[in-house]
Amino acid sequence: MTIQATLRLALQALVRNKARSLLTMLGIVIGVAAVIVTVAIGVGARVSVQSSIDSLGSNLIVVQPGSVTQSGARGGFGTASTLTPADGLAIAALPGVASVSPVVTLRTQVVAGENNWQTTVSGVAPTYTFIRSWPVASGRFIDQSDVSSTAKVAVLGATVVQELFPNGQSPVGATVIVKGAPFTVVGTLSPLGQSGMGQDQDDTVLIAYTSAMERLTGLTTVNSLMISAADAKDVAPVQQRLTQVLEQRHRIVAPQPDDFQVRNLQSIAQAASQTGAVMEFLLAGVAAVSLVVGGIGIMNIMMVSVTERTREIGLRMAVGARAKTILRQFLAESIVLSTIGGMAGVVAGTAGTLLVAQFAHWPTAIPLQWIAASVLFAALVGIFFGYYPAQKAARLSPIEALRFE
Amino acid sequence: MTPVVEAHALRKVYAMGAAEVVALAGVDLTLDAGDFVAIMGPSGSGKSTFMQIVGLLDKPGGGTYLFEGRDASNLSADERADVRSRRLGFVFQAYNLLPRTSAIENVELPMVYAGVPERRRRSVAIEKMELVGVAPLRDHHPNQMSGGQQQRVAIARSLVNEPGLLLADEPTGALDTKSSADVMQLLSRLNQEQGITIMLVTHEPEIAAYARRIVTFRDGRIVSDARNAERAA
Repeated sequence: MTIQATLRLALQALVRNKARSLLTMLGIVIGVAAVIVTVAIGVGARVSVQSSIDSLGSNLIVVQPGSVTQSGARGGFGTASTLTPADGLAIAALPGVASVSPVVTLRTQVVAGENNWQTTVSGVAPTYTFIRSWPVASGRFIDQSDVSSTAKVAVLGATVVQELFPNGQSPVGATVIVKGAPFTVVGTLSPLGQSGMGQDQDDTVLIAYTSAMERLTGLTTVNSLMISAADAKDVAPVQQRLTQVLEQRHRIVAPQPDDFQVRNLQSIAQAASQTGAVMEFLLAGVAAVSLVVGGIGIMNIMMVSVTERTREIGLRMAVGARAKTILRQFLAESIVLSTIGGMAGVVAGTAGTLLVAQFAHWPTAIPLQWIAASVLFAALVGIFFGYYPAQKAARLSPIEALRFE
Repeated sequence: MTPVVEAHALRKVYAMGAAEVVALAGVDLTLDAGDFVAIMGPSGSGKSTFMQIVGLLDKPGGGTYLFEGRDASNLSADERADVRSRRLGFVFQAYNLLPRTSAIENVELPMVYAGVPERRRRSVAIEKMELVGVAPLRDHHPNQMSGGQQQRVAIARSLVNEPGLLLADEPTGALDTKSSADVMQLLSRLNQEQGITIMLVTHEPEIAAYARRIVTFRDGRIVSDARNAERAA
C-alpha cells in the first residue's frame, strides 16, 4: 500500500469518529499552543532586553578614569581626572577602532525663554551620533568646525525638547542658556527611550566637547571616552590595545594600578541573552511536558480504539490486509491526529500570542524554528505513543479478531 | 482442471491449557471449480476450523492443503493475506461491514488492500452491487440497512476481487427466514450464473439444501459427503 492510500484510510477512520478524534487532538493542540505562547513571550522578552542593550551599541567600549584616593578614602571610578581628548586621539589611531568620542558630562539647569529644566549636558565629538547609533531628528548634529571653534551650539534630546518647548514649536534656531552661556540649538535627536538600566536617555543636551571643557567645566580632562569597535569581534583586541596605549601615555608600570577602567557592553549583553535563553528553554520545557501528556492521551484513545475496532481489524485482515498494513494504518491515525493537532496548536498559540501582545502589551516574537520544532515534536509524539497500540492491532489473529464480541 | 481446494489428511490441534482439543483429525476433501458445497455438523465438529484453514486465515497443524493447485500449508501470514486479498471472498454471519461507512466504500475495501486504482474500484464496486441487487443502497451506512441488505452488501464485497472461492460462514445465522431465503437464492444464482465456487458453513439443513453437495463433519472428521439430490431454489 502506498503512503497516500494509508493516510487516506487513516483519515477516513478518523473522520468516522469526529468527536473522539477532536477530543484526542485537544491535548496536542493545548500542548503546542502552550509551547508557542511561552516561547513567544520568552523570546519577546529576550529580544527587548537585547535591543535596549543594542541601543547602547554592542561594539561600544567605555573608558573611565580610575578612582582618586584622598586621605585613604578611595573615590569611585571616574573620580580621578586623568583622561584627555589627546588620549582619545591616540586610541582613534588604533586598528579595529571605528570611532572615538570624548564625553564631558555635567548636570545643570538649562533655560529656554520662560521654561527651564535640569538635565545632563554632555560635551561630545561629531562621532558620538554614530557610536551611539543615535540619529538626528531635525537640524544637524555637532560637526568638526563646532569642535574646533568651541561653538556655542547644542543638540537637544527628545525629553528636553518636550520640557523646554512644550508648545510644539521647532527648537532649531532657538537659544538655550546653559550655565549662563547662550547656545544656539542646531538640531534635535530622535527619541531613544529608556536605557537598559531604566534611565531616560532622551533627557540630555549635547554640545561640542571642546565647548563643554572650555565654557562649562573649565577642565582639560574628560569624564569618559566612548569607543566604537569596527566589529563585535574587534572589541576584545581593541580593549587590550587601548589599555596598553593608555598605560604608556599615563606612564603606568607593572605593579601600579591603572588610573582608568575599560568596560564593554558585550559582556553585559551576553549575560542578558544567556539568562533569556535559559528562561526560554525552561518555559518551553514546561510546555513540552503538556505535549507529552497530550501524547499519552493519544495512546490512551488509540488503545481503546484498537479494542473497540477489533472486529474491523479482523475483517480488514480477512479481506487481505497484511499485519504491516494494519500497523501502518493505526500508526498513521495517531500521526495524523498529532500532526493536525500540532498545526491547530500553532494557530491557537499564534492567536494566544497576539492576544498577549494586544492586551498585556508584552513584547512577543514567534520564532519560526520553534513552530516547526513543535509541529515536528507533536508528530514524533504521535509516532511514539501510537506505535504500541498499532502493534497491538497488527498482532491480532484474524480469526480471534473476527470472533471478538 | 485443477481443483480449487485439495485437502489431504488435514489436522489441527488446539492447546486449551494443559488439555488438547483435536479440531481436525485428518480431513480429505477436494472441491472443484464451480461447485457449491455446504459443510454441516454440530458445533465443535471442526467445520469452522476447516473453513479457516481453507480460507487461509489459519495454518493446518498437519497434512497438506493445496489451494488452486498451490501448496498453501506453509505460507507465511503475509503470503496468506495476499492470497486472501486476490483469490478469496468471505461472507460472515455478522456481515462485518465497517460502521459509519457507506455501502460502496465497504464493497471497495478488499480492492484497497489489493492495490486496485481508485477509479476502477468504484466501477467494479458498482458492477458487483448491481449483480447482487444493492446498487440503490450505495450511499447507505450499515445502520440504515436491514440485515438482509447488509448481507447482500457483504456478498458484493466478497465478489470484487473475482475470487476463486467464496467462503460463507453461517451467512444466514443472523437473518429471518425470508431474508435467509433471499440470501441463499442469491448465492445459488451466483454459483449457477457466474460459476462462482462456494463453500458454505452452516448447521441448518434447510440452508445446506441450497448447495449441490453436502459434507457433514463430526469430531474433526468427515462422516458423510453426498451430492444433493433435492436442491432448494
